Amino acid sequence: MLSRLWNLFRRKRLERELDVEFRHHLESLEAEYRSRGLSVHEARLAARRDFGGMVTIQEAYRDQRGIPMLESLCRDVRFSLRSMRRAPALTLAIIATLAIGIGANTTIFSVVNGVLIQPLPYPEPDALVGLWHSAQFQGITSNNIRMSSTLYLAYRKHNRTFQDFGLWHIAAASVTGIGEPEEVRTLVVTYGTLPAIGVQPARGRWFSAADDTAATPETVILSHGYWQRRFGGDPGVLGRKITIDSLPREVIGVMPQRFQFMASEADVLLPQRFQGNQLQPNDVHAYVGIARLKPGVSLAEANADVARMLPMWIAEYGTNGPALAAAHFAPALRPLKQDVIGDAGTVLWVLMGTISIVLVIACANVANLLLVRTEGRQRELTVRAALGAGRLHIARQLLAESIMLALSGGMAGLMLAYGGLRLLVAMSPANLPRLAEISIDASVLLFAFAVSVSSGLFFGLIPVVKYLVPKRSIALADALHAGGRTLSLGRERSRSRNALVVSQVALAAVLLVAAGLMIRSFQALRSVQPGFTAPGRIQAVRVSIPESQVMEPERTLQMPHDIVERIGAIPGVAAVSFGTALPMETEFENNMVVTAEDKTYAVGIPPLRRSKSVAPDYFRTLGTPLLAGRDFTWSDIRDNRPVAIVSESMAKEMWGGPPAAIGKRIRVGRVGNWNEIVGVAGDVYDSGVQQTAPAIVYWRAGLQRGSGRLAPNIPREVTFAVRSDLSGTGEFIRRIGEAIWAVNPSLPLARVQTLAEVYDKSMSRTAFTLVMLAIAGSMALVLGLVGIYGVISYGVSQRTREVGIRIALGAQGLEVQRMFLREGLAMTAAGVVAGLFGAFALTRWMSSLLFGVSPFDPITYGSVSVALVLAAGLASYIPSLRATRVDPMDSLRAE
Amino acid sequence: MPKEVLQGTLDLMVLRTLETMGPQHGFGLAKRILQISEGILDLNQGTLYPALLRLEQRRWIKSKWGISDNNRQAKFYELTPRGRKQIAEEKESWDLTVSVMNRFLSDDPAAKE
Repeated sequence: MLSRLWNLFRRKRLERELDVEFRHHLESLEAEYRSRGLSVHEARLAARRDFGGMVTIQEAYRDQRGIPMLESLCRDVRFSLRSMRRAPALTLAIIATLAIGIGANTTIFSVVNGVLIQPLPYPEPDALVGLWHSAQFQGITSNNIRMSSTLYLAYRKHNRTFQDFGLWHIAAASVTGIGEPEEVRTLVVTYGTLPAIGVQPARGRWFSAADDTAATPETVILSHGYWQRRFGGDPGVLGRKITIDSLPREVIGVMPQRFQFMASEADVLLPQRFQGNQLQPNDVHAYVGIARLKPGVSLAEANADVARMLPMWIAEYGTNGPALAAAHFAPALRPLKQDVIGDAGTVLWVLMGTISIVLVIACANVANLLLVRTEGRQRELTVRAALGAGRLHIARQLLAESIMLALSGGMAGLMLAYGGLRLLVAMSPANLPRLAEISIDASVLLFAFAVSVSSGLFFGLIPVVKYLVPKRSIALADALHAGGRTLSLGRERSRSRNALVVSQVALAAVLLVAAGLMIRSFQALRSVQPGFTAPGRIQAVRVSIPESQVMEPERTLQMPHDIVERIGAIPGVAAVSFGTALPMETEFENNMVVTAEDKTYAVGIPPLRRSKSVAPDYFRTLGTPLLAGRDFTWSDIRDNRPVAIVSESMAKEMWGGPPAAIGKRIRVGRVGNWNEIVGVAGDVYDSGVQQTAPAIVYWRAGLQRGSGRLAPNIPREVTFAVRSDLSGTGEFIRRIGEAIWAVNPSLPLARVQTLAEVYDKSMSRTAFTLVMLAIAGSMALVLGLVGIYGVISYGVSQRTREVGIRIALGAQGLEVQRMFLREGLAMTAAGVVAGLFGAFALTRWMSSLLFGVSPFDPITYGSVSVALVLAAGLASYIPSLRATRVDPMDSLRAE
Repeated sequence: MPKEVLQGTLDLMVLRTLETMGPQHGFGLAKRILQISEGILDLNQGTLYPALLRLEQRRWIKSKWGISDNNRQAKFYELTPRGRKQIAEEKESWDLTVSVMNRFLSDDPAAKE
């Protein structure tokens, strides 16, 4: 078999050899006859006779040599290539249409494949789970309660189902000593975390239990990128020292190039050390846990194991058992996959769905073009059938042509997808984890191939079924005689084309409704007052002051105060302040249990409140109004006055309104000092505009009297906000940097951006979905219009004779035109009605992506219908114009 | 009267001829087969070639280019060990067929039993 296959590729040589062999035989025969006394001519004839029919024998020989099916397939392919070359415009149009459809699908599929299907680039990813817990506060159940340090120690000691597990969190640190001070992203892990995900360092070793213990040498593992960037890929890096947050650390390992931890990219990996007050019984649940289950352990078994350990934890570490019981504290382990994918799933599946609809529309267009062409070839096909070509053979040839077209389109589409993917990565939509790693791999190639072949079959079968199914085949004589002599198009002949157009319009309507709903959502998001004004004019810069550099709390506060004064002196600065986090800086979000003096709380955990520590002028800088009372002042800070400001929603919820909140006293937890509420600030959509504005407590930045561990207000990491018309310009940023370095030259600047960028990022998912759906929608619209245009103009050209006769019989041009227009609008109307029903059924799936608009929004449905009818009207109007210009004499003479 | 050659029997004829005569080109084979059949066979000599290719594909014979008696390039076919074994097998099954057919066609009633 293999040798036969091989023979396909050396046909030329084999043919030559065959020729030599046959000639030898013939000439030998001839020579023999000659020796018997025959003339040259007679001898040749006799030799031929003895040898037999040359052509038949050659055929038989070739069949024996090759694989008949494959050979005839090749013949079909060659034939279709020829017929493609004969109609280059049509071929090009078809390939371009398919390239767009298949390219778009391949692009989105490669994202879906990378993000949803293979989200964890670790060995045996299905055994990985996130260690989460559930608890109830105020009747609301949260499944996102993290690990605490003591919980970790308890699980370490008692667990039976984890092969390995660890904690991790993302932080930042400053590196000094090599070049300019630099802020790096850090991944802090306990020693079990890397073994759990199963990624070995490229050099060196993992962290050990000793690295996690206090009073041992400080260590660090570098990421591949940081190793390259900062050490030039020095192979002798192991053992070198690097100063991180003023602490010299020994490099013990380098991670491999493709290593990525969950959705985050860190420059350096640090060991997590628990020490001193971090090991208090009720330590915060601040760490994310990750575990690899032992082989064969199910999620339910792991959950049961954790439930078994919780009482041990409470007993051994003196944790507040009754409060936990009241909150129904329980294990809620879940597959790690879920943590990585997050809510990207819905967006991607909706996109995949819409983009495949675009492909269906594209295929319908191609089918339409092919129908027209097959109709033109009706005579050729009938003649070939009459000459003995089997029906199956013709069908096979037509299909081979379609599939060749589809594969060419697929190839072009793949190239488009390659470009599209780059574009997508450049757009870098938030909430799409691991986007940079997505590439066109084997499964994507397979997908593109499968999509190409199946679309080829889809649009190829339509003409085949239409023209080759027995009852439709027209008798030879009919076909030969008809020759375009039919007057008007038979209903039969145009029905399938019309049906295709109607379904195209319907599908386009569905996509346009989806895109319209996203536009409406985006408008709704944009119209939300975020709680700050002119974010483009607010420059943000984040600075962290390492504890090792400035030890005394007093001085820690002095530094930002000096920076504020220096920045305030820059010309053009309207206001400047700082806080632990600006609005929507969700990475630095902090929530605390806050209790009020005049309220009583049942057993359980009092509500968590968003907490920020802010300096004076914070609200003025951001443009957040003060609804009652006053702002903080620097003298509040100097004198350590116990004052706080709360948000409007907090004031309403607790005391019924902003004025009533003034003078009330609140504190952190049940043991802190009381702080008097001196002001109420307007609501800020701190979790992004999609979510309701949370209740926020603004603590005064600075020392608190008797402040313990729970006091959040020593601002070691703060974001400065500067309001100025110059925000965002390089010169302005440089001057801010100078102002900061004038106070302390070793402070690295991080996250230099305007608040507008933060604000836009909070809407990026909606914006991304909107852009993608708008692209899909407009592609669908254009394809649908091309479909209508094509069918109407084909109808006009086919019915020129009919039109001519009508006009000759006295019909007005306008009436004739109206006839075609009516046809186009009827198809559109049918399509729109079907499409709206389809949208009704389908947009439910995207309701979680919508904001402030119902999936059945009448405005969207209405405007899509009107727009489609208008566009389709235009698409049928233009070709119908030609009908009015028909000269009756010309069209009658044309025969 | 010339008779057509049964497919399959031609294969055996070729193999057997190669066994007795050694390496041979197509023309030589055709000549020999016709000679032995003494004009009973009506062989289109060209049909020999698809058969030769078939035998080669089954690895019963192999071919190489050489120079014929009249100093021309020609392809010479020769038996492989597998081909030799095949002859034995085919001969056996042929003998069996012949003996069975003989019983049917023979006029001797005893042989029919």
